[in-house]
Amino acid sequence: MMKSWKVTVALAFAGAVLMGAPVSAASDPAGKPATVAQAAPPTGAAGHGTHEPAAAAPGTGHADAAGDHGKKSHFPPFDGTTFASQLLWLVLSFGLLYFLMSRIALPRIGRILEERHDRIADDLEEAAKHKADSEAAQAAYEKALAEARAKANSIAGETRNRLNAEQDANRKSLEAELATKLAAAEERIASTKTEALTHVKGIAVDATGAIVSTLIGTSPAQHEVEQAVDSALAKKDAA
Amino acid sequence: MTVDPIHQFEIKRYVDLLNLSSVQFSFTNAAVFMFGIVAIIFFFLTYATRGRTLVPGRAQSAAEMSYEFIAKMVRDSAGNQGMVFFPLVFSLFMFVLVANVVGLIPYTFTVTAHLIVTAALALLVIGTVIIYGFVKHGTHFLHLFVPSGVPGFLLPFLVVIEVVSFLSRPISLSLRLFANMLAGHIALKVFAFFVVGLASAGIAGWFGATLPFLMIVALTALELLVAVLQAYVFAVLTSIYLNDAIHPGH
Repeated sequence: MMKSWKVTVALAFAGAVLMGAPVSAASDPAGKPATVAQAAPPTGAAGHGTHEPAAAAPGTGHADAAGDHGKKSHFPPFDGTTFASQLLWLVLSFGLLYFLMSRIALPRIGRILEERHDRIADDLEEAAKHKADSEAAQAAYEKALAEARAKANSIAGETRNRLNAEQDANRKSLEAELATKLAAAEERIASTKTEALTHVKGIAVDATGAIVSTLIGTSPAQHEVEQAVDSALAKKDAA
Repeated sequence: MTVDPIHQFEIKRYVDLLNLSSVQFSFTNAAVFMFGIVAIIFFFLTYATRGRTLVPGRAQSAAEMSYEFIAKMVRDSAGNQGMVFFPLVFSLFMFVLVANVVGLIPYTFTVTAHLIVTAALALLVIGTVIIYGFVKHGTHFLHLFVPSGVPGFLLPFLVVIEVVSFLSRPISLSLRLFANMLAGHIALKVFAFFVVGLASAGIAGWFGATLPFLMIVALTALELLVAVLQAYVFAVLTSIYLNDAIHPGH
């Protein structure tokens, strides 16, 4: 595992340093003096306090147990003299970070995300509303269309019926009129016929009188002729 | 040339503030980097969200992703109640992440390669777990160490195991981060020394130096992965431990 070899490397280095062995990658002869020289300035700085006289000597520095806090170590992460400062600055900086994050940065990002979330929800809601509206409009339109069609059908039917009825009435009145005219004409024909027939007797009497006078040279009396015509007509009717 | 792979971890004292017999406070390079990390995080997050746009740009996306990433992590492992710790986990994650990544830049100082720093962060987490657990649940918090549904004769052993595992958490949490950062940086430095050492040995050395140089390239990529991964692991474990403070029952 990657992690485990790293831990091993770290512990090996740490162990090597704790044992006082100078860690130098190449077998550079300058390595050892460099390490010692480098340890010198911090101890010099610590010397301001002058409360650890033994550790201040570069030569004896190797012998120190690194775990002992407050003593110098050649391995900086285990150098107890720096712990107090590190902790102080860590507390201050991390406290500041926590304050800035919890009071300013995170609420700000949170508000942005919330606003976006709300906005999206609102938009979706509005879209759903629009969709419902359009569906309602479509339904209303279809209903209106169906109503209009039904109305048109009924109007057409009514008109047809009315026209049929009117036509029927016209025809009937026309027929009635024709019938009366026919009846009147027949009556006129009948009267004309009877009238003509009455004229027939007069004509027959006149014709008979004329014929007789021509045949015998004397004109018979009017009433005799009429009698004779009547009897002839009666005979004819009887035949 | 100092052939010393641990020189990079040295604490440099810039100003001595207080010098007592037992403790000594100084303004150090570590302090500069810690405040630099805080400044980077804060500046990035506020700069990225300056527009507060509805459709985020690249920087705002990154800020929002970091927020949602940690929020999801906390919610998944500690539930909605765990969101009270969201600022803490977020601060821890960003601090460790930026510290690790900044430490990869040559000539910088790696704050998280110091055991005292990682130990303090781990103790902050475990301290939060213990204090919140007892404040919220009283003695019920101790049920954390008593698994339910275990036969009576096994219980004492399991309680001991649970206590030991609980106590080992801050140790593993701090050592993991510390050791990863330390080892990675030492390995990089060692290979860098090989390159310089070989290259100074003449023409043949120039050819020989390409091998450790390629190794450095590969290791740098790996270290970038490790830097991000360790910040993630630290944050995930923090959320999981905090979950114990919120739901102590097994």
